[in-house]
Amino acid sequence: MDERSRNEVSPQLLDLIPNEREWQMNRNEGKSSEERKLELRLGPPGEEWSLGGKMKNTNTEREESLLSLGCFPSSNMSHAILSPNNGFQSKASPWPNYHHQGNNKASSPFLQLTSTPPVMGKEASQNCCPKVVELQNGGGGGDSKVFSPSSANTAVSQPNTSQKRTAPAPVVGWPPIRSFRKNLASSSASKAPPESQPEQHNKVAGKKPVDTYGNKGLFVKINMDGVPIGRKVDLNAYDSYESLSSAVDELFRGLLAAQRDSSAGGVHSKQEEEKAITGLLDGSGEYTLVYEDNEGDRMLVGDVPWHMFVSTVKRLRVLKSSELSTFTLGGKQEKISLDSAMK
Amino acid sequence: MNIFPDEVIEQIFGYVTSQRDRNALSLVCKNWHKLERCSRKSVLIGNCYSISPERVIERFPELKSLTLKGKPHFADFNLVPHGWGGFVYPWIEALAKTKVDLEKLKLKRMVVTDEGLELLARSFMNFKSLVLLSCEGFTTTGLAAIAANCRFLRELDLQENEVDDHKGQWLSCFPDCCTSLVSLNFACLKGEINLGALERLVARSPNLKSLRLNHTVPLSALQRILMQAPQLVDLGIGSFIHDPHSEVYTRLKNTIIKCKSMTSLSGFFEVLPGCLRAIYPVCMNLTALNLSYAAGIHCRELIKLIRRCGKLQRLWIMDCIGDYGLGVVASTCKDLQELRVFPSVLIGLNGPAGVSEKGLVAISMGCTKLHSLLYFCQQMTNAALITVAKNCPNCIRFRLCILDPTKPDPDTLQPLDEGFGAIVQSCKQLRRLSLSGQLTDRVFLYIGVYAEQLEMLSIAFAGQSDKGMMYVLNGCKKLRKLEIRDSPFGDPALLTDMGKYETMRSLWMSSCDVTIGACKALAEKMRRLNVEIFNENEKVDCSVDGGQKVQKMYLYRTLAGRRNDAPEHVWIL
Repeated sequence: MDERSRNEVSPQLLDLIPNEREWQMNRNEGKSSEERKLELRLGPPGEEWSLGGKMKNTNTEREESLLSLGCFPSSNMSHAILSPNNGFQSKASPWPNYHHQGNNKASSPFLQLTSTPPVMGKEASQNCCPKVVELQNGGGGGDSKVFSPSSANTAVSQPNTSQKRTAPAPVVGWPPIRSFRKNLASSSASKAPPESQPEQHNKVAGKKPVDTYGNKGLFVKINMDGVPIGRKVDLNAYDSYESLSSAVDELFRGLLAAQRDSSAGGVHSKQEEEKAITGLLDGSGEYTLVYEDNEGDRMLVGDVPWHMFVSTVKRLRVLKSSELSTFTLGGKQEKISLDSAMK
Repeated sequence: MNIFPDEVIEQIFGYVTSQRDRNALSLVCKNWHKLERCSRKSVLIGNCYSISPERVIERFPELKSLTLKGKPHFADFNLVPHGWGGFVYPWIEALAKTKVDLEKLKLKRMVVTDEGLELLARSFMNFKSLVLLSCEGFTTTGLAAIAANCRFLRELDLQENEVDDHKGQWLSCFPDCCTSLVSLNFACLKGEINLGALERLVARSPNLKSLRLNHTVPLSALQRILMQAPQLVDLGIGSFIHDPHSEVYTRLKNTIIKCKSMTSLSGFFEVLPGCLRAIYPVCMNLTALNLSYAAGIHCRELIKLIRRCGKLQRLWIMDCIGDYGLGVVASTCKDLQELRVFPSVLIGLNGPAGVSEKGLVAISMGCTKLHSLLYFCQQMTNAALITVAKNCPNCIRFRLCILDPTKPDPDTLQPLDEGFGAIVQSCKQLRRLSLSGQLTDRVFLYIGVYAEQLEMLSIAFAGQSDKGMMYVLNGCKKLRKLEIRDSPFGDPALLTDMGKYETMRSLWMSSCDVTIGACKALAEKMRRLNVEIFNENEKVDCSVDGGQKVQKMYLYRTLAGRRNDAPEHVWIL
């Protein structure tokens, strides 16, 4: 994996993932001749959606040659800035290991790059921000002086202001939106009461806003298909869908087993029959957790951010997953047909 | 080659409808050129200044349908000074004079006048379809002329135009004998219309499939209209404010249920929380949903709605939906092909903080058929872009707009070169790309090398040196439109390959480092290019020294020579 030597080779085969060192934590170095499959697994914000290597295995020859390791002296940059603990690997968010295919260079129908590739070494990375600043000041007359040094530095120094809305200084024609959209009736906006804002802000902290509940419990009824006895859960005791889901599992596991037991003739001991109730949130299990909100609608648990859920849930149900498609069309729909039948 | 008689060849040509294919046919031999041009019904002129109307008509005497585009794309964002051009009148005049049997006219970013509309309405007996996108310069008086005179009108489609509304009775001008309407879209009009006239018009139009109302049409009228037209396929709702407990609401819901053919919904210019449940009955059939004008809908309500729309193929929405909501889209809308997420920050909403890279990644995982994307977001990371690239290799249009246009990857503080590089490398059919975020010349190297099918590239606040632009010009063989703003590309880049511009439709550069001298040199050398320079509304001083930087430059290939309708502040070199 001698990137330096490849530096001098031209035409340059481009390595689009120059920081692959950092992005492949699990594989050994020096595996250049081995075949690696492209594999991506991923999950969206904080939830286990359908994971799985549903990866497109890119097998074309072109692809292989394209992905062979190139020569950009980005390694300088990466050493300087990215360390295994930095970047995205350290986060809980499941950005996956990115493997890519070996160096089958083959003949590549590449563009012969007549000029040497830009030296993107350390200086580039360090100069990036100042360059941006220069650009703005030097650019077209009178148009915009948006990116004052302070804002450029702000961008650098606060990498995690992701949840806060940025308010960039106004630039002509930016963001690129047609005037038609900019003039949209704010009359609608003013009539609508702002929904409880703190959802996103508190997502990070994982705590609920204070006003909705104090120390009293937030008990909601929960029923399960096939179990005649309902229970109650205190939603204040949980801080995420995962913890709620495992609580539901514990709550009903025994009851469900007892139910099966009794219908099966009650021969076996309870212990053996108890099966964990899994996959409540992603549709993968035999059962799915749903709820009714304060508007009377049935929703899948997990559809809205946790805080929104806690503030609007009225009761919970554990449905058989096979019943799911019908449930979304039931409820209100039936009510209407009844109404129109009566007219 | 000519084994078949001409009539047979012509017959075969009849099956070839795409303009590009027909252009290819016409290059085979003289005979095919003649046969093709004499049978061509539909022509697209991507730049109205690239050729004169007379030449078009001369070549295609059987023309029935004409599409014209005028101003450069950045005119949408107020970067083109008022009065720049794009006047359609000369075209209508030429068509009328030569008695072309025009049936359809479609215009984008052009200046249309009432005189033009009146001439259009009077001149073509079989006129059937008028589509105006992002045009300006006309009033409802012109519309009245169309309504009154086009007896066989099937389509009047006004999308996002600037129309002076005289609040006249233009709708009432449709004569009673006009029963042929298939599509009527007046959503962009600001003024009130005669509701009675509208209802009567709908009642006598059995073929009406698409109806888009403006915000002044109240719910009660909507309900009556739907009763008359349950066959509607595409509906644009104007005002959607109602009390969910009222009788109006119940009646509406019952009426909507009968609209079994409805697959597309849009509008919602005025809507309050809680109102959307009225459309729940049709959600499961929807293939297209445009909520991007609906400023008052909150995340939770959007999610409830989306959960019911399992068949969506096209979704336009505001970023209030949030990353979470996009996760719901990803798990519900498995057939999604086109997604546009617009920023709500502009209309002063104080809601949650828009969307980020997480939402996009979720979409890419769940919506494997996605091919067109427009995404306004707070931030983006290289890792996310790489993931999206791998998940959506069939992407054709990828337009990303980070609200802070030079923002780097917030996790690594790196430019987004690698991310976009992955996009162009993986999406081999990519035809349109818009970049944003902090970007160096490197991303352009990737684009030049990998983006083989790229036809349109939009660049803003990106790059470090002339090399960036040169990589693109050198590499993207199929490039047709290149638009650049606020980037450090100068004369060397502009002049490096002057011949390239004749293979493209147009080049736009504003707030870059290009000088007047270089533009002059280019215009001098390349006679078949029009090179236009303009500043914001001041006349460009022609005597100024050649080293002066140009504020805005727009050049395009043309066979029509210099145009003579440019205003004073536009200097054509």
